Amino acid sequence: MAGQRAFSLAAYAVQLANPTDFDGWRDAARRLITNEVKPEDIEWHVGGDATELPAPTPGVELRVSREFIDRAAIVACHSNGERFALLYRLLWRQRSEPHLFRIASDPDVRRFEAMEKAVRRDEHNMHAFVRFRKIGDGDGERFVAWFEPDHFILELAAPFFVRRFTGMHWAILTPHGSAQWDREKLAFGPAASKEDAPASDQSEEMWRTYFANIFNPARLKVKAMQSEMPKKYWRNLPEASLIPGLIAGADQAAREMIARMPTMPAPHHQAIQAKHWPAAEAAAETEAQSIDALRQQASQCRRCALWSEATQTVFGEGPDDAELVFVGEQPGDQEDLQGRPFVGPAGKIFDAVIGEAGIDRSSVYVTNAVKHFKFEPRGKRRIHSKPNAGEVQACRWWLVKELKLLKPKLVVALGATAAQSLLEAPVAITRQRGQAITRDDGLAVFLTIHPSYILRIRDPQQAAAERARFAEDIRTVRQMMAG
Amino acid sequence: MPVLSTREKLAILSDAAKYDASCASSGAGGRNSLKSGGIGSTEGMGICHSYAPDGRCISLLKILLTNFCIYDCSYCINRSSSNVRRARFTVDEVVRLTMDFYKRNYIEGLFLSSGVIRSPDETMGEMVEVARRLRLDEKFGGYIHLKTIPEASAELIEKAGLYADRLSINVELPTDEGVKRLAPEKRPETIRVSMAKLRSKIEEKAEPTLRTKTRERFAPGGQSTQMIVGADATPDARILKTSARLYGSYQLRRVYYSAFSPIPDASSALPLKRPPLMREHRLYQADWLMRFYGFDQGEILDGQPDGMLELEIDPKLAWALRNRASFPLDINRADREMLLRIPGFGTRAVERIIETRRFRRLRLEDIGRLCQSVAKVRPFIIAEGWSPGAATDAARLRETIAPKPRQIELF
Repeated sequence: MAGQRAFSLAAYAVQLANPTDFDGWRDAARRLITNEVKPEDIEWHVGGDATELPAPTPGVELRVSREFIDRAAIVACHSNGERFALLYRLLWRQRSEPHLFRIASDPDVRRFEAMEKAVRRDEHNMHAFVRFRKIGDGDGERFVAWFEPDHFILELAAPFFVRRFTGMHWAILTPHGSAQWDREKLAFGPAASKEDAPASDQSEEMWRTYFANIFNPARLKVKAMQSEMPKKYWRNLPEASLIPGLIAGADQAAREMIARMPTMPAPHHQAIQAKHWPAAEAAAETEAQSIDALRQQASQCRRCALWSEATQTVFGEGPDDAELVFVGEQPGDQEDLQGRPFVGPAGKIFDAVIGEAGIDRSSVYVTNAVKHFKFEPRGKRRIHSKPNAGEVQACRWWLVKELKLLKPKLVVALGATAAQSLLEAPVAITRQRGQAITRDDGLAVFLTIHPSYILRIRDPQQAAAERARFAEDIRTVRQMMAG
Repeated sequence: MPVLSTREKLAILSDAAKYDASCASSGAGGRNSLKSGGIGSTEGMGICHSYAPDGRCISLLKILLTNFCIYDCSYCINRSSSNVRRARFTVDEVVRLTMDFYKRNYIEGLFLSSGVIRSPDETMGEMVEVARRLRLDEKFGGYIHLKTIPEASAELIEKAGLYADRLSINVELPTDEGVKRLAPEKRPETIRVSMAKLRSKIEEKAEPTLRTKTRERFAPGGQSTQMIVGADATPDARILKTSARLYGSYQLRRVYYSAFSPIPDASSALPLKRPPLMREHRLYQADWLMRFYGFDQGEILDGQPDGMLELEIDPKLAWALRNRASFPLDINRADREMLLRIPGFGTRAVERIIETRRFRRLRLEDIGRLCQSVAKVRPFIIAEGWSPGAATDAARLRETIAPKPRQIELF
C-alpha cells in the first residue's frame, strides 16, 4: 500500500513530529480544511520536508464530533502510511455528509473501522502477551518485558499496566520506545532492543509445567490456537517453545488414554466408600405420622413430571395443630428458590391482608394444591403456567394427607385450582366467593380469590378495590374462626 | 507417600483441572490497584493470555486444591476409585503460585476447584482461605473464580462470595437420572437448591443495604455451571431444555458444555472415544441462539426427529432450511427479530444493517461488506436490486451453502 512518492504533485506536504503525532495532525488539518485545501492536494509525512501551512481561516468553524476525534486518535496509531490522509479525507467528507459514519458500508468508513480494529487488537494482544521477567529481590524487585507490537501502541497500552501492576516496578521495552512505572509515575523513554531485557525468569519453568499439563491432548485444535495466538508472538512467549512437542505427542497421548483398559479401583477406594457412603437402609414407605415426616416424603415426590423442572418440593408450612389452613395454587419463582410457600409478591399481599384482619401467619398452616412450580423459561425469567387437571389430581395425594393430619376447623381455598382440588369439582370463584361449602366429610371450605389475581390487575383503582374485597373475605374467615 | 515439590503438585493438580471448561474472567466489573497500591485489575472483558494447542484459552490459573476426593463420579479423573497420582496444595502454595504468575502477566487470576476431602465444609473452608489471603494479605485485585461445593455451609458461601468474582456449581450431567447413574453419591436435589440459594444471595446483595445504602460485594461476576456432554445418551434437545431451565431459574451467566473426554484410568461405565468436539461447538451455537438471537429452546430442534443438532451445518442455518417459508426477508424492511434469524448474520451485522438502512437502501454489495459471507446470506434475503428468486426453495440449497465436507482427521 506504499504511496508512490517518486515526485510530488501535492500542493502541501505536512510534516508530523513522530508516528503518533495526532496533535500535529489536528493542527495541520484545522489549518488546511478551513482554507478549503482538498484531500488530494496534501501529502502527510512523519519527519521529512514540509511546506508552510496556511493559518486557520478566522471565523470558519470546524464542527466535528468528539467521537470522531477519539477514534481518529486510535487510527493514528496504525502503522499504515496512509492513515493521516484517510483521516483528513474523512474529516473533509463529513462536512457534506454528516451521517457518513453511520453508513457502515462506505469504503472509507470501512477502512477506518478496519484500522481502528487492528490497533485495538494489537493493544489487546499487548495486554495479553507481554511477559514480565523478574530481576532482583525484596525492595530491589523489578519486572521487565520485551514486546514487539505491530502498530505504535505503547502509549495507548501502557496505562493498562499501570492500573494492573500498580504495586510493582516495571518496564516494557519495544522497538519503538519504552515505558517505565516506578509505582508512582509513568515515563516513556527511547527504543530498546531484546538484549536490554532479562533473558529468563525462574517462574517460567513453573509456567511451562502448567501450560503442558492444562492442555488436553484429546482435543487438539491447532488452528483455533493459532488464530488467537498468532505465531509472530511466539518468540517472546516462554510457553511457546513447548507447542510443537505437545502437538507432535498429542495423538500418541490421546491414543494411550483411550487404549488403556480400565484398571482395578485404587486401594483406598473401599475404605472411603465404607467411611463416607455407608449403604443407605431402604426406608420403608410408612404412613407419615407428622407434617415433618410427610414433608420429608414429599421432597422425593415423582407423582407427576413437574419435579424435573422445579428446584424443589415446596411443602406446606405452619403448626401441626393449626385450626385454619390456607391452600393456594402452586409455588412461584421465589417460593421455588426458597422452598417455602407464599414468600413471593403474592405472599406479601397475603401476609399483609391476613395481618390486617388480625390473623397471625405463624398460627395458620399455608400450603398449595400443587407443590412444584410449573413454568416456561423465557430467557432469564420463568413464566408461571397453570397446572393441569392431572397434576392437580396427582398432588391431591399430599393435600389429603396434610388435612388428615392437621384436622383444621376451616380451610380457605385461594383461587380456582385450590377449590377444585379441595372440592373435587370445578368451582366458579367469582360467583361463589365469600362463602364456605361444607364437604361430605364435614370439612368447611371457604372460597376466595388467589392474591396473585390482585397483582395482575393493571388499573391501580381496580386493584385497590379487589384488594379490599379480598380483605373483606379474610375478615369473614376471621369471624368464622371466632364463632 | 513421597513429599512432592510444588512443581510436581502443579503438574498433577493442573492436569486434574483441565476437564473444567470455564476459563471466563469477565463480568467482574471494573477494578484496579491505583488506590490500593496492590496488584491486579479486572476491566470488564477478560483477557486470554495464552492458548494451548487444544484451542482453549488460558486466562486463569486453573487448578485443584487437591485431587483427593471422597466422591466416585465415573466421568471424573479424580474419582475415589481412580489410580491417578494424588497431591494436595497448601493454601500458601496456591497463593504464591497465583501471585508469581499474575505478576509476570501470565494470567488474569485464579480458578480454584477441589476434590472433596473429609467434609465439604473443610474443603470449602480452605478454598475460601486462599481467596481471603489473596484479597486481604496480598491486596490482589485480579479475578477469582471458586468452584463451590454444593453441600458447603451458608456462612462459607457468604464468605466465598465476598472474595470471589464468580461462583459456580456444576450440575455435572444434563439429567438427574444421569447424575444418579454416573455420580451416585452426588445429589441433584442438593445441587439445584444450592444454585437457587446462590441466585437469591446474589440478588439480595445486589440491593443497597438499608443502613449504608451501599451494595455489599458478592460474586459480581455471577454464577455459572457446567455439564458434561456425551458421557451418556442424553440427546441435544434434552440438554438445551436443561440449559433453558437453568438460565431461567438461576440467572446463570453461562452454561458450559464439556465434551466428555477420555481420561487416563477411565471407568468402564463410559464411552472410550474421542470427545465429541463438533457436538460441543453446536451446543454452544444453540445456546447463543437462545440467549442472543431470540430463539425459543423448543424451536431450535423442532422438526429434527432424533433431537440432535446437525453436525455438518450450524443450528441457525438448519432452522432456516427447515423453515424456508419465512424467507426471503427484505433486509431493508424486516424487523430486528427476523433479521436475527437470517443465517450468516451475527448480532453486530444486524445492528449495523438497522443503523445503515436509515440512511440508504441496502444493496447486496453493502451486505457483503457488513457480514462474513454473502454467499450464505444471499438465498435468504431480498435487497435493493437483488432477489433470490427460486433459490430459497431450491432442493439443492443445502448442498450449495453447507460447507463442503472435509475429510475427517484420521487418528
